[in-house]
Amino acid sequence: MRRSKRLSVGARTVADMNPQGERWTAEQVLALAPDAASRTAGGRLAAAGKWSGAGAHGQAVWGLCAGSGSKPYQTVVDLNGPGYRCSCPSRKFPCKHALGLLLLWASGEGGVPAGGEPPEWAGQWLGDRRERAEKLVAGARDGGPGPGGGTGDGAGKGGSGGAADPEAARRRAERRVQRIAAGATELERRLADLLRDGLASADRAGYGAWDETAARMIDAQAPGLEARVRELAAIPSSGPGWPGRLLAECALAHLLNQGFLHLDGLPEKLAATTRTRVGLTTPVAELLATEEAIRDRWLVLGRQDGTDGRLTTRRIWLRGERTHRMALLLSFSTPGQSPELALPTGLVLDADLVYYPAARPLRAAIGTRHEEVAEAPPATAPPAPEGCAVETALAAYGAALGEDPWLDGWPVVLAEVVPVPGDDGWQLADERSGSALPVDPRCAGRADLWQLMAISGGGPVTVFGECGHRGFSPITTWDPTPVSLIGTAAQGGTR
Amino acid sequence: MTSTTPVASSAPVASSTPVASTASTASWDDLVAAALLGTERRTPPVAPRPGQNVPSALLDAAALSTVRRRAGLRPAPARPGPGRAPEDPRPALPAAARSRLALLLADRSAPGRGGSRSAPDLAELLPQWLALANHHGYRVPDALLPALLDAARARTDLRAEALTLGGPRALWLARLNPDWKFALRGAAGRTSGSIPEPSGAVSAPDEEQRLWEEGLFAERVSLLAAARHRDPAAGLALLSGTWSTERAEDRLMFLDSLRDDLSPSDEPFLEQALSDRSRNVRATAAELLSALPDSALAARMAERSRGCVSLTTDEPTADGLTADGLTAEGSTGDGRTADGRSYDGRTADGRTGDERTSDERTAAERTAAEQTSDELTAAERTPRITVRPPDECDSGMQRDGIVPKPPSGRGKRSWWLGQLVEATPLDRWTEWFGGRGPAEIVALPVADGWQADLHAAWCRAAVRQRSAEWCRALLGAPAVAPVTAGEAAPAAWRDPAKLLSALPAGERAEWVAEFIASHGLSDAFRLLGVCAVPWAEPLGRAVVDALDIARDAGSYPWSFSGVMGLAERCLDPTQADRLEVLTAIPDEREGAAPGAGGYWAEAFQRLVGTLRLREAMRAELDPN
Repeated sequence: MRRSKRLSVGARTVADMNPQGERWTAEQVLALAPDAASRTAGGRLAAAGKWSGAGAHGQAVWGLCAGSGSKPYQTVVDLNGPGYRCSCPSRKFPCKHALGLLLLWASGEGGVPAGGEPPEWAGQWLGDRRERAEKLVAGARDGGPGPGGGTGDGAGKGGSGGAADPEAARRRAERRVQRIAAGATELERRLADLLRDGLASADRAGYGAWDETAARMIDAQAPGLEARVRELAAIPSSGPGWPGRLLAECALAHLLNQGFLHLDGLPEKLAATTRTRVGLTTPVAELLATEEAIRDRWLVLGRQDGTDGRLTTRRIWLRGERTHRMALLLSFSTPGQSPELALPTGLVLDADLVYYPAARPLRAAIGTRHEEVAEAPPATAPPAPEGCAVETALAAYGAALGEDPWLDGWPVVLAEVVPVPGDDGWQLADERSGSALPVDPRCAGRADLWQLMAISGGGPVTVFGECGHRGFSPITTWDPTPVSLIGTAAQGGTR
Repeated sequence: MTSTTPVASSAPVASSTPVASTASTASWDDLVAAALLGTERRTPPVAPRPGQNVPSALLDAAALSTVRRRAGLRPAPARPGPGRAPEDPRPALPAAARSRLALLLADRSAPGRGGSRSAPDLAELLPQWLALANHHGYRVPDALLPALLDAARARTDLRAEALTLGGPRALWLARLNPDWKFALRGAAGRTSGSIPEPSGAVSAPDEEQRLWEEGLFAERVSLLAAARHRDPAAGLALLSGTWSTERAEDRLMFLDSLRDDLSPSDEPFLEQALSDRSRNVRATAAELLSALPDSALAARMAERSRGCVSLTTDEPTADGLTADGLTAEGSTGDGRTADGRSYDGRTADGRTGDERTSDERTAAERTAAEQTSDELTAAERTPRITVRPPDECDSGMQRDGIVPKPPSGRGKRSWWLGQLVEATPLDRWTEWFGGRGPAEIVALPVADGWQADLHAAWCRAAVRQRSAEWCRALLGAPAVAPVTAGEAAPAAWRDPAKLLSALPAGERAEWVAEFIASHGLSDAFRLLGVCAVPWAEPLGRAVVDALDIARDAGSYPWSFSGVMGLAERCLDPTQADRLEVLTAIPDEREGAAPGAGGYWAEAFQRLVGTLRLREAMRAELDPN
């Protein structure tokens, strides 16, 4: 059903998003860096003296960078996507050479002259790449047996490739549902035992007791359940109040098991949500072929990269100008590399979005991107997006929970809130109503809360983030250009 | 109920009006209690459906309760905010400069050269960038303020410029985070150039007075500096108003801040401070007064000096300056010169290393001095300076800031003499020595080995009184510096770097350029350090030529790493093109250190790269 190497098909379709000849800003380039060290190293390489034979044409930028060896490294970047290739041995992706080259190009100081044809080594790679991308899009449009899409979690663990025989595929799918059901039943037993013996026993048993259960969920091909089990294992050591949190999470796992075991009795959309939550996802190609596309001008509200050690997940949130709908795009990569999907915050793109079926749709994939894209020019910053009051934000989360009880948070843009630091946590306060949202305590040590504070200057700011039962976790603010509060250099993070 | 959310006290408060529910309305706490103990031990307040086991029913109820609580969350009451940051009317950085600063600050957090010896060291450019940005009067982008404060916290040399760039918002923010306390302590020191006036607020005198009385120390320091800059008398009035209630260390800091705009009208206040309770305050007051040539203190010092140093054309009467002045101090006599000279000697570019030991020198020097005077007596009666150091340090001298106790190993009388001469207005010497100018006075022979003490004191006086003429005279010609051939006393008492700092920038650069041309780079590091950045011509050229010569001589570049580092930061970026030719790897020559050519090429690449980067930085900050 899925192929791990085609994980980022969503990104490829995004591919041709940057209009011709548009020069990126240094911020946009630096946002591609997989880590802070790469950012720095790339900055050092962004000097004309380091490069020879550099050039740019259309969507391609290339150059030769002298390294420690005798032969210079060949670096080429396709701004579509973007994609990178460099002959250096670095496993970072993009490597410092690609970043340095892009920075030099972004500086516009003539270090990378425009025009001219790419040299052969670059041209060949670019050509191959273009060809592949075209095939993919064509495949998806035809609704044929296109490539698999990224799954929420556990991507790469899935079954075999594209199905030639629909009957065989159906049988495989059936088998998988049966295995997951067996897993869910087992987890139900495990939870019942826990409740019978008392949660206090979970504290005594420690992590090990859950490890085996988690392994069984992997066997059952239910990555969603596995992730829940691992979370349960961590709760007893999470500080005061853990029994309540453990009961709540056990109850939600139980709810999911019961939902999956009684899928037939659920409304169609809720059944889809349940399926997604246990780890069954719809392939992108199928999605693009079957679901209704929603065209809008989508504003990129924020971006957050997270890793579970095996996989880096990039989350990009969008909001439609016309529909006011929130959407979440996911992109994956192995650690040390940067996920391919790189939409800078603040960008507006005119595109068709297809939501994954769910009781409360949020996750989406990008379909057709329309040519007459009006990209936000970097020079003139648009005003901060519209936002809502804290009461409205909580109400939005509450309403979403009504449809998807497993939601931990819901993306919202808060308008006119003042960050208030405090010994027992931060708040985002609305001075007019006198009410406030506490900041998610898991964000408390983050240096970027101080960045938010500095930007606010004690006055009201617009903040995008996720509003959930733990509080609000800020992702982006505007000053008035968007400032990403996550993934900024994590310096001084010892507070 | 709230205790069950992970963020007990600060979580959104759960709705206090429970949603009307039909089935089990068992409280969450009851459910948790039953779950914690286990359903075997405690029967939970739930009713299982037919065929359902008890734990499952408990989980059903818990799920319902959890989702209901989460969906019904209410906002928490807002705590009082931190108050608004003061307005900062300065212009924002241009976009390119903004990303440059972000890069410089990011580099700080990810140190290490990344293995490349030929790449510019960004951390070293941060001070320069900050100074340049302040010169243009920009303010820091708010988003970068935390990173800037973190940088300044780690590097004290950045603090003054960083806090200037940060402006009022930096202080506002620092008050909220204990990590940035340093910003409020005023350890920032004085900022060179313009101190940003706390926006508009200070224009009202009442407001200024209030801030002065209630403000944080750092705010008060900058307020005083700004007030003094605008109207020295008003600033002083502000300070004298609260003087008696200030703490000793604050008094010292405030007093020190008078230095920049010192004027004769400050004298009464400073005279009064001579009787301060704190010794450091007294000493600083005396120092400031002696920098005012017309002050009563300067006159008193001059009077004392005049009794000690005189110009004679007579044959020296054998009333034993040597006996009295030097040997009377017995065992400390040699110690004095040894200690005093070797100390000064070290500062004068390490010349002492290849010189005689100070003991030998002292003996030889005296003999030479005696011979000189014998010869003089025999030949013609050239005027010379005779010295008779003070016999005691009375209470009057002590009140005027003379420290009675010498550092160990130094004779008392020469110690007092040095302090007297140092505090004497330099003009007086011309007056007393028959209208001779500084150059002539410096050229006069000094009897009995007192030259070093006397000239050292003049040097200190010249620096303190910012007398370019005297500094020039004491420096002498760069080509013959630092040792004047044939002169008995070595010129080890001078600190050319300090003397240079009182000269105009252009003259400084010329002097050092000539010095490097004659003596090479090995002694030039401190001298280069006092030259204005970027280095004016002919200095830049002299440094580059000297580096080129050093390379041709076959040494390794790291012998010059100090000068190289300075050159990266201080050379005029326009030199980059001229330097480009040096970045090529030359053919290995006979006699050259193995591989040195490659290392030099790398060092020059880095130099050129840094210069190009500085030029880019400068252009980015230029508002035009």
